[in-house]
This record gives sequence, C-alpha cells and structure tokens, in this order.
Amino acid sequence: MKSVLTIYRKELADYFSSKKFLILLALVYLTGLTSIYVSIQNIRAAAQSSTDAFVFLKLFTTAGDVLPSFLYFLSFFIPIIGIVFGFDAINTERSSKNLSRLLSQPIYRDSIINGKFLAGITTMTIIIGSIIMIIAGIGLRVIGVPPSSEEILRILIFIFICVCYGTFWMALSMLFSVIMDKTATSILTAIAIWIFFFFFVQIIANAVANAIAPVNESATLATQIKNFNIDLGIKRISPAYLFTEAITILLVPSGSQLFLKAVTTADISKMILNPLSLGQSLIQVWPQIVVIIALAIICFAISYIVFIKQEIRST
Amino acid sequence: MDNYVISTKNLTKKYGAKTVVDNLNLSIPKGEIYGLLGPNGAGKSTVILMLLGLTEPTSGELSVLGYKPTKDPLRIKRFTGYLPEKVGFYEDMTSVQNLEYTALLNSIPEKDIPGKIDACLTIVGLLKDKNRIVKQFSKGMKQRLGIADVLIKDPELVIFDEPTEGLDIEVANQILESIFNLNRDKKITFVICSHQLNLVQKICHKVGIMSKGKLIGEGNVSELSKNMFGGNKYQIEVEIIGDVNRVVEKIKSIKSIKTVSSTGNAIHIGTDEDLRQDVSKTVTNMDGIILTKMDIKDFSLEDVYLNYFKEV
Repeated sequence: MKSVLTIYRKELADYFSSKKFLILLALVYLTGLTSIYVSIQNIRAAAQSSTDAFVFLKLFTTAGDVLPSFLYFLSFFIPIIGIVFGFDAINTERSSKNLSRLLSQPIYRDSIINGKFLAGITTMTIIIGSIIMIIAGIGLRVIGVPPSSEEILRILIFIFICVCYGTFWMALSMLFSVIMDKTATSILTAIAIWIFFFFFVQIIANAVANAIAPVNESATLATQIKNFNIDLGIKRISPAYLFTEAITILLVPSGSQLFLKAVTTADISKMILNPLSLGQSLIQVWPQIVVIIALAIICFAISYIVFIKQEIRST
Repeated sequence: MDNYVISTKNLTKKYGAKTVVDNLNLSIPKGEIYGLLGPNGAGKSTVILMLLGLTEPTSGELSVLGYKPTKDPLRIKRFTGYLPEKVGFYEDMTSVQNLEYTALLNSIPEKDIPGKIDACLTIVGLLKDKNRIVKQFSKGMKQRLGIADVLIKDPELVIFDEPTEGLDIEVANQILESIFNLNRDKKITFVICSHQLNLVQKICHKVGIMSKGKLIGEGNVSELSKNMFGGNKYQIEVEIIGDVNRVVEKIKSIKSIKTVSSTGNAIHIGTDEDLRQDVSKTVTNMDGIILTKMDIKDFSLEDVYLNYFKEV
C-alpha cells in the first residue's frame, strides 16, 4: 500500500506540473466560462418558459442560439481528459526504460498501474469538480438564486457520473497504453473509438432504424415506434450516449423521462409534465450509471491482467 | 547453500515449446564478481528476470539471498540492485529527485534519504551534478547514476546487464573500477552480463558461459583456458606451404611442446614457454617447407569464449 501511495504522489506531482494538465485545465475553464456566459444571457428566458423550480440547474443546461450548453461541452471534453491521462501511462514508462528499473524495486507490479490509475482519477476529479464549482459559484453570484438541497445533491451526483465517465475513457486508453508500445498508436486508437461512439454510432443508428422501419408520411404509429426503439437501442451501445442520457435526466428533471420511451406529439399534449424527484431520476439513470462504471471496471481489469502477465525486458 | 548468494538447481524456463534456460545449475558465493557471458539469445536476461522474480521458472529450484523469488520477490528486490542494459530515468527530474523516488519505493526512512543520496552520488562522482535534470546527462553519466540508484538500497547483490555497453573506454573503465571498489570495500556480490569480454576479464573472479540456455563452461579465465587448451599458457600459430603432416611430426619432437594440431595450412602449437625460435628453426630447416607466418598469443577470455562457441 505504501508503494501505491508513493507512486500515486509522484504521478500526481507529474500531472500537476505537466503541460498537458495546464492545457487541459485552460481549455476546460475557457469553455466552462464561455458556457456560463451563454447560460446567464439566456437563463431568464429559459426560467420563464419553464414550470419547474430547478432554476439553478439551468446554469448547466441552458444553451444559446449559437453556442451549446455546458453539458454538451462537458460530454465532449470528458473523454478527451480521460484519454489524455491514460494513453501514455504504461508505454511511456516502457519506452523510457523506466519500467524495468521500477519493477526491480521492492514493489508489487500492480502498485504501478494502481498508483497511476488513482492519480488519474484524482486529477480528473479536480478538473471536473473545480469547473462545476466555479460555474455554480459564478451562477450563484449572478442570478442570485441559491441552490436547493436537492439541486446540490443533483450536482454532486452529476460530478460523480462525470468522473465515472472520464474514468471509463482513462481506463480504455490505459488499456491501449499497456498493449501498445507506441504512445502515438495508443492515443490514435482511443480517439478513433471516441469518434466512433460520439459521432458515428448516432449516424449508424439512424441509418439502420430508417432501413428497417422507414418513417415517411405514410408511416404508421407502430412503424414510428419501431424506428425509435431501434434507433435508441443502437445508440445505447455508446457510452457517450448513456452519459448524455444520464446527465440530462439528472439535470433536467422536468420532462426528461420522455427520452426513455417513444411518445408522440399527441401523447405529450395530453401530459402534465411534473418534475421527477431525485429518487425517481436516480431510478431512471441507474442502468446508465452502472453500465458506465462496469465498462470502466472491465477496461481497467483487462489492462491490469495484461500488465501483470506481461514480461518486461529492458531491451 | 547459505554461503551462496545465488543458487540454482536444474533451473528451466520454457516459452511454449522453446526452452530458453535449460537445466541451469549455478552457485555464486558471497562477495564474488561473477561474469555471465553468452551471445544474444543465450538466456542470460531470462535468468536475470527469474532471479528478480519477474518471471517464473518452468521447473527447477532457485534461491537468491536465501529466498525463493517466486515466494519472496520483495525481500529479494529489497536487497538486490538491478541495472538494466538500457537504464531509464525520469528525464525532467533531477538526479536527486530520481534517487529520492527510488529510496521511497525502497521504504528508506525520509530523514535518511538526503544523506544516502549524497553518499551514493559521491561514490559515482556525480555529487556536483545532483541538481541537474537527467535530460542533460550523457550516457556515461546516466549509467553512473544507475549505479547510484542501485546503491541507494544498500544491496547485498547487484546484477548488471551490459554495464559498459556503448560507453567509451575511459568511462567504461571508471564504471568497472567503481564495481571493483564496491566489491572490495562493501563486499557486494556482483553478477555482470556482458559481451565486452576484455573488460569483464579485468574484474570478474569467475565467469559462466551460456549458450542456448545451458551453462557450457564455468570457472576463472585460467581454469577455463586450461580446460579448453590443455593448460597451455601460449599458443603458437604457424602457417606453412608444404606437407603439413610432416611438419607436425617434426614439431612434436621439440622439447617442451605440449600439443600440436593442424587445420589446413595452419599449425597450432600449445606450450608453456615462448618457443618461437625453436619452431621457426625446425620448420625452416626442413626441405620443401616454406614458413609464411608465425604468431604467439596468451589465452584471454575472448579466446576461451570464441573457442567454446566454435565447439558448440
């Protein structure tokens, strides 16, 4: 345990003094501050058109005419942060010939991967947590509406989900850093997978749904529902989509449950959209959260096993 | 067994069907500088990995400092230093920061670390560079820092994999001198894997020659040459034009000649004295024989090594 702590402390120091950390921090803060500016500009109109009481949460979800909301920015940046903290975790140690020297010290091999993983999670939590807190602080000052206890809880759970999602991407890129010798290959592979999940899955889902159950002017209600279900089913293989679903349901309590099943415009007109309680929101999002955590654990477990079984030579 | 720092009995390592280390029996006593030699792929690095508990033997017994690497790898690594062929450091950290990290991983009390680092850097002559970042170091300096990194844990056993590879002769000699002094002053046991036989010969008490996973020869240089060349101190090489067999028979009659053999036009003469004058006189006095070349050499580790692999 002591060796894990030593490696953890060293990795944290490395992260905090690294250029990649400073660049990521600057990028995330810049986009965060841009999005708070956008939401402050538009929050009055958004609050007036809404019937629910969660005004404070609108700081994170209100988009402008041109710029998207903070949620969108975050769903875009979290995978990048995760990938950046994982893609060179092991292969850099190997290529710099540090790994065989490290392994000749009286430490268990898993201390290295555990220490790096924990340091990565800590750094990500600091980046994500700090920008959310800064936005909340600025929002509190500008809109003058304090968050309710439920809103605070929702924000904390939101941070937790963001960290889990980032951990998944970090574990995935760490896996590539274990199995690939070159850092360029590992980062490119991780980015390719991210692009696939973030952009292409939606296109593929749409194309497949329209091919199986085409929705045109003459499409029946049953066909429309079938199209929606196929589209949703395919999209849900993407962790990026699961994350978007989870944080949207959590931060937009009113009406967000409509994402989860096919409803028609006629149905919506008959509904009275009451906001979900925190408990109800959590019931809706727990499968998404569990899948994201499970994916992170699976990726880390594979990298752990592969790393433990690898033979490390100095040449 | 207790007197041996390293002891292996029928140690075998297989990767699939390929046997990389084949029934290796090795006993290295305390305080010895042992040279483990062999060409690439002989199994030396695999032996090191097994000694450090970084890979498991397929079969056989292995003991390092009295512990089994498969059961107590941490105890072994606590008192065993390993300097790989290509040593790496965190390039953006200073030499002190790198050594601090190693010291912390070895659970050395924090209050003792600065003193230990200074002492180790003094031994390798890098004290004045203690606050320079490693990126600015030459290869030789990095190698010396590697020795300091190994010494920080007060090792009883140090394993060096090609410690002088790629270094100029002056730096290589400095490193060998450091190894020699550490062995003499601190009674540290060293195992050195190297291809640079002339350098190894300078400091090793004993060498083991590995080929295809097997230990094919072991002993000090004179023992090995004795086994290999019948105990002769010199070998006189003669090249002639004419009837080789007749010359061989004639040379055999010279007093103090111990062995005579031939390959093609070359005649190899084993002797304990420099008998070049007698040999040349005998050969030139023979009718129809022309002496074209004569050379003498005393046996070095390189001769032993090359001869082993010629036989293998």
